[in-house]
Amino acid sequence: MLEKALKGSKAYWIWVFALLGIIAVGFGFYLKQLDFGLGITGMSRDVTWGFYIAQFTFLVGVAASAVMLVIPYYLHNYKAFGKITIMGEFLAISSVIMCILFIIADLGQPFRLLNVLLYPTPHSMLFWDMLVLSGYLMINLVVGWNVLDAERNSVPPAKWIKPLIYLSVPWAISIHTVTAFLYCGLPGRGFWLTAILAPRFLASAFAAGPSFLILLCLLVRKVTTFDPGKEQIQSLAKVVVYGSIANMFFFLCEVFVAMYSQIPEHMDHLQYLFFGLHGHGILVPWMWTAMVLIVSGILLLLIPAARKNESVLAVACVFTFIGIWIDKGMGMVAGGFVPNPLHEVNEYFPTFAEVMIGVAVYATGFLVLTMLYKVFIGVKAELAA
Amino acid sequence: MENNRRSFLKFAGVSVLGLGSLSLLDGLTSEDVIASSGQASAEETYKKTKNALTAKRWGMVIDTRKLTGGICHKMEKACREAHNIPEHENKKHEIKWIWDAHYKHVFPGKTDEFLVERLKELPIPVLCNQCANPPCVQACPTQATFQREDGIVMMDFHRCIGCRFCMAACPYGSRSFNFRDPREAIAHENKDFPTRMKGVVEKCNFCAERLAVGKQPACVEVSNGALVFGDLEDPQSKVRQLLKENYAIRRKQNLGSNPSVYYLV
Repeated sequence: MLEKALKGSKAYWIWVFALLGIIAVGFGFYLKQLDFGLGITGMSRDVTWGFYIAQFTFLVGVAASAVMLVIPYYLHNYKAFGKITIMGEFLAISSVIMCILFIIADLGQPFRLLNVLLYPTPHSMLFWDMLVLSGYLMINLVVGWNVLDAERNSVPPAKWIKPLIYLSVPWAISIHTVTAFLYCGLPGRGFWLTAILAPRFLASAFAAGPSFLILLCLLVRKVTTFDPGKEQIQSLAKVVVYGSIANMFFFLCEVFVAMYSQIPEHMDHLQYLFFGLHGHGILVPWMWTAMVLIVSGILLLLIPAARKNESVLAVACVFTFIGIWIDKGMGMVAGGFVPNPLHEVNEYFPTFAEVMIGVAVYATGFLVLTMLYKVFIGVKAELAA
Repeated sequence: MENNRRSFLKFAGVSVLGLGSLSLLDGLTSEDVIASSGQASAEETYKKTKNALTAKRWGMVIDTRKLTGGICHKMEKACREAHNIPEHENKKHEIKWIWDAHYKHVFPGKTDEFLVERLKELPIPVLCNQCANPPCVQACPTQATFQREDGIVMMDFHRCIGCRFCMAACPYGSRSFNFRDPREAIAHENKDFPTRMKGVVEKCNFCAERLAVGKQPACVEVSNGALVFGDLEDPQSKVRQLLKENYAIRRKQNLGSNPSVYYLV
């Protein structure tokens, strides 16, 4: 099947080479980072995780959101999703690959990565994160590829695939739960020290992931011969709005607990993110933008007439995706580090080089996604012919 | 220091036995260190002379009544020189093992509008608390940071992958990361202690390399008696005497990390 990714129109190859170009530029910056050290980023002694880890966290969510197709299709026999479940699984594959690349980009000594396997340490949440992420990658590769191959040959998927599909459901939940556990088990970081973090991660993931998938569906319909289907897109839209509302609900619960209890260690971070602290507030405009985008997205999706208009739907999905990306990809990580354990305010903002390395990782993810979707659509075209 | 002599145990004391498979040695290259690979026990970490200082659980008492800005400066300098700590111009890349801060930063949960005048502007030293229950050790995915039997939380600079999970886990901001090559920014290299490379985390080690040759930690030595070092498990030690006679506080003790550094205020 893979050969389908090697045959394409001129536009396809322009896109592929554009991505390769971006990857090359970003890799140049990465070589600079390897040479100089992580000092080329905006991270500091006080804000020790930044853009890379934030993107990693966000993308784990996108990966986990494939479960929002798997559950309706395989557990509730919602046939319509059968058409696009593989698109969700392939999105998960490319997302996990980006997650792994972001982790590597963040390491001070990336060549020692295998130490995590050489000295397995079950009391470290990072160890578990590595296990669940690589497991999830394998599950989606095997399931997605085999189901597509069976479809291509007009036979039902092999019997042993079914248990693997069922396993992928709790596994998807686990990847984002463990990712939340990286943060919420740390005693001195009040912003993250909340049991709602994992549920909130999942809720925002189930909004951001499917909203991106809707945009992909619309794009696929436009540039290829395959139509993911109106009903499918509308059902995904409902998933997005449920996820987004749950995310905001959890967020407001968090705000209430922190602000009503007025315990400084919990309150100060929210104060910093939304109003600034001791005269520092570089993220304030970002956070309010995120809130406006997320809430507008919810409102647009709640109105049936608006949701059913695919142009409005696309706007709502862009709002939701970018809003959650800012909240989770900028605010969540930096917000937890400011103020620092000594209650000093030292801010973080990514540097150009850091962002370029991140863009290259995204380009790699898009390249993988492009090729996987090319295969998927190729199979669909073959069957339609 | 009489009390330390009292708490002195013959080398190979039971307190430092059996850290299992931790490869403690990789990060240390000085002459006092025996290189070894794979399986190694803590005794081998440093070639102990018969003068080596040992304890069941090392601890420190900082008497803020004896502190001055001058003493803090001397301690920081002594530490910097003993451990090849670089001095980077960019504050973001700073490496700090021991430094001083004001009371409201050292004890952010114990701030008081009507704090005793003496403490308001006093520089108070902060360093790794060598927690008995260290969150950093729990977080580290490679056991590059580990706890010795005598309580000291150490770093294996050769195993650290630079993920900085330990820095997120430390509730005291006591860890530093080499955001760039530290060797370019070391004024006078001390050949008896290893320099580090970029991309690894480091922190105060309670001068484990000095204890191994019978010396007090560098900061304690120049502290004019403001810092007292000893065995928290030994009721006869000077640290225990001080804690018996004075009310002491620890940083964020509500978190359960159980710091081994006490402050007399």
